[in-house]
Amino acid sequence: MSGGSRAETSAGGTGQARNAPPVRPAWRLALARVDALLGRHQSITIVLGLAIVAALLPQIVLLPPFNGFGTQKDFIGGFADAGVFVLLAIGLNVVVGFAGLLDLGYAAFFAIGAYTYAYGASPFSGLDIPFWPMLLVGAIVASMFGVLLGAPTLRLRGDYLAIVTLGFGEIVPVVFLNSDKYTNGTNGIVGLSQPSLYGLFGISGFGFTNPWPYFVTVVAIIAVAFIFLYRLQDSRIGRAWVAIREDELAAASMGINTVTTKLLAFSIGASTSGLAGVFYASKLSIVSPDQFGFTVSFTALAMVVLGGMGNIWGVAAGAFVVYEIQSQGLKQLGSFVQSLNVPTFALGPLSVNLGSINFINFQYLLYGLALVAMMLLRPEGLFPSRRRRSELHETPDEAAESNEELVQA
Amino acid sequence: MTAAAGAPAPVDNPGGVPLLRAHDIHAYYGHIHALQGITLDVFPGEIVTLLGANGAGKTTTLRTISGLMHPRTGTITFDGTDITHVPAHRLVTRGVGHAPEGRRIFGRMTVLENLQMGAYTRHNKAELEMDFDRVFALFPRLRERSSQAGGTLSGGEQQMLAIGRALMTRPKLLLLDEPSMGLSPILVEQIFDVIRDIHAQGTTVLVVEQNALMALGVAHRGYILQTGRIVLGDTAANLRQNPEVQKAYLGG
Repeated sequence: MSGGSRAETSAGGTGQARNAPPVRPAWRLALARVDALLGRHQSITIVLGLAIVAALLPQIVLLPPFNGFGTQKDFIGGFADAGVFVLLAIGLNVVVGFAGLLDLGYAAFFAIGAYTYAYGASPFSGLDIPFWPMLLVGAIVASMFGVLLGAPTLRLRGDYLAIVTLGFGEIVPVVFLNSDKYTNGTNGIVGLSQPSLYGLFGISGFGFTNPWPYFVTVVAIIAVAFIFLYRLQDSRIGRAWVAIREDELAAASMGINTVTTKLLAFSIGASTSGLAGVFYASKLSIVSPDQFGFTVSFTALAMVVLGGMGNIWGVAAGAFVVYEIQSQGLKQLGSFVQSLNVPTFALGPLSVNLGSINFINFQYLLYGLALVAMMLLRPEGLFPSRRRRSELHETPDEAAESNEELVQA
Repeated sequence: MTAAAGAPAPVDNPGGVPLLRAHDIHAYYGHIHALQGITLDVFPGEIVTLLGANGAGKTTTLRTISGLMHPRTGTITFDGTDITHVPAHRLVTRGVGHAPEGRRIFGRMTVLENLQMGAYTRHNKAELEMDFDRVFALFPRLRERSSQAGGTLSGGEQQMLAIGRALMTRPKLLLLDEPSMGLSPILVEQIFDVIRDIHAQGTTVLVVEQNALMALGVAHRGYILQTGRIVLGDTAANLRQNPEVQKAYLGG
């Protein structure tokens, strides 16, 4: 986060001490001071940053061209849904970005969180436990399943772990689908209770017609998750994750229990996913097995990769951007192309009418293209963490230097 | 304990209780019988070297001792307790420090962060401060480069970092796996000088080497390993004079 340490690292070993310090313009000094101040008060920075984003977003959508795409209310509802994916992505980032474990079945924990809420607060189970404690319950249940899956599988490495998690991600919705008696099978569980604030702040209940409380709630959950994850990243455990990602054997030689440390990453990732599941289920008021397929796992992973593995803000931004492109952008692109009135043209035996293309159908093709382009042009993601950037972009100078020294040695 | 604690003078007849004792260790990689009955002792205050050609089982022996692998049969005792099946991360807190083969430093962490990883299990700030000073005194280059990424260091510096990082675990027994690998003769001299210094500061050392000449120069005793078996164990002085050892390992 702090620019100070970044500058220090790049200056290290270049013998800068011998040179006179470069003269910095006043604005950069001021910026550095603000940066240092914010670096010291990370939690306040997070809350402030998210509050600013949350305050600006509803205003931005009132401006052209966005105001032509829908009402502010529509957008707020969409932002609340985007928040679910932000939570999914920052949780998956713990597993993939921090600990370097490839999890392709992440949606399973999302499903477990959602179904936990469905059990806790629906006519199907007869229970009506309030939303707020259920948030915690969902997170705990999901993290328990994270441990359950992780304990036998985390001894596997790389590709094998990816395959096992992929399998788990497929199994969970199938189990929910086929356990009619307990999950109402393919029909899913409907009529889930919506959160209530019991008249606090003059809000009695969250309704379908008013997305604002959901929006504020998801921003608050994200803020708490951010603070927690940032603390974790800077903690001893966070350093252990980096060590395991770099070299598991060396990490074990340093006294790190690699199995429990990886398990912790898995269960923390799962619990964030569980939180997202509870929120998602309460907003939609229905859960069914088809909501938690591989595409959810894949989308979350694409968000992490595109946003910049390891960087919490980057991953969150990546998730938001990807979600909005998927839900709004493609639709608008379709109507835009349609409005151009491009005449139908013949391509050999095919006749192509650009105006009739539904871009939403091409969503995954576009994901694929975007991912390929990213891997070629900017493999560290749009907003990379400092460490990841250094992992993927060794400067030619550094490479030449270390080769040269190896030859000398 | 008759082992010399100070200068690395050869000990002819180490007595007392061994710090480390491996007894009839058999280890496998799948079906490959890599260690076929290794028995060795390391006494407190010694430098012991394990010599042998590529594939003789030197690294496997070290990994078995440090808990990164476990033997199928046989026992390993360290400091009076059975550690045969204790995992590596627990052995670190008991006093086994391992600088693994190929250095394996954390390339994207800075030198300082690498050393901090070495101190991962430790919490006593004052002791840590002392140990940082100790490592920087042994390897002044590491202090100069403390904010540089580990992966950008030269081979010799990386080896220094690997040893320094293992020292940060404050080991009673330091396991070094081929510290001379890929280094120029001058750097090899420097590394072995440091091994002497570390020993003089009171750490027992078990060093695996292919460079028998250097290793027998600092060690008190040595073992010769061939295809998973110990074929010879003697004082370093005797090994240096053994005609077969001279022929096979010392280029004589």
